[in-house]
Amino acid sequence: MHVPDGFFDATTSIGTGAVAAGTVGVGLRKAAHDLNDRLTPLAGLVAAFVFALQMLNFPVASGTSGHLFGGALAAVLVGPWAGMVCVSIVLFVQALLFADGGMSALGLNVVLIAIVPAIVGYGVFLLLRSVLPKTRSSVVTASGIGAFVSVPVAAVAFSVLFAAGGAVDLSFGSVLAAMVGTHVLIGVGEGLITAAVVSAVVASRPDLVHGAHHLATGLAPNIATEPITSGAAS
Amino acid sequence: MKTNTKIFLGAGLLIGIALAVFVSPLASGSPDGLEKVAEEEGFADTATDHRLADSPLADYGIEGVDDENLSTGASGLIGVLLTLGVGLAIFGAARVLRNDEAGQRTEQRTESASAG
Repeated sequence: MHVPDGFFDATTSIGTGAVAAGTVGVGLRKAAHDLNDRLTPLAGLVAAFVFALQMLNFPVASGTSGHLFGGALAAVLVGPWAGMVCVSIVLFVQALLFADGGMSALGLNVVLIAIVPAIVGYGVFLLLRSVLPKTRSSVVTASGIGAFVSVPVAAVAFSVLFAAGGAVDLSFGSVLAAMVGTHVLIGVGEGLITAAVVSAVVASRPDLVHGAHHLATGLAPNIATEPITSGAAS
Repeated sequence: MKTNTKIFLGAGLLIGIALAVFVSPLASGSPDGLEKVAEEEGFADTATDHRLADSPLADYGIEGVDDENLSTGASGLIGVLLTLGVGLAIFGAARVLRNDEAGQRTEQRTESASAG
């Protein structure tokens, strides 16, 4: 779904650029709170791994392919904030070095491929996790379904933005139907790949999976890294 | 960091590299979902050339390498390592900045406590 230069007018490109920069900035600040000797290299690895997976276009229908977005996967592995930063880094490297995704469309791509999928994918994941049994396989199922949902939702987001600031005026319904129709199929691949990767990591190191922290007993998910501010000191 | 965490991260990186180097040449070359929709809906021609289309790594290849598999695979290796490097730099910097801020707050508290 990498948007090239030219699909959107300048206002939309700049506007989404500002939204992307602000959101990823907040995301990095939030993520920084949890960074430690384990999460820092893990987050770097997740970014590198998503880059690799995004190279693997799989066929979805006649003459159409798709590849992993990775927002939901990264969010389950390292948390939604660090996760959206990971995918944004991938998009930045792709646009700057591989001429994939327009330079003026970087904000659009960060919104559509990193931010929306991380938030939607992780939101659906949390919702399902809360109703499913507290097991490792529930984490895998919830992450797969969250990832599946995240892709057509990103397609809806594209269609809305295209109606608002696309280079040409087209019927919103027609673009929406085509985008969602194709991306439901890509979402199936997204869900399967995400479930496979989460399954492999949860099987070997469940303690490294952000979305599986609730399975650990006797361990608080986030032990505060800062000293507790005591009011008694003043 | 525990040794088995290092092994886990190293194994993860090797799998990522293997996917980018050996599997990516097998990836589908068909247009992706958005490209296909753009063709069908008739807005594909609004796309303009990438400003860095002349980049030596443009379109996941290496300029001057004729063997397609080698070109794609090598660009994948470079991409994975660069992404890792940028990721470690950004998350590492975020961690350092957080620690600096936390340190300053502690200092301020200490100062205000001793002043009071």
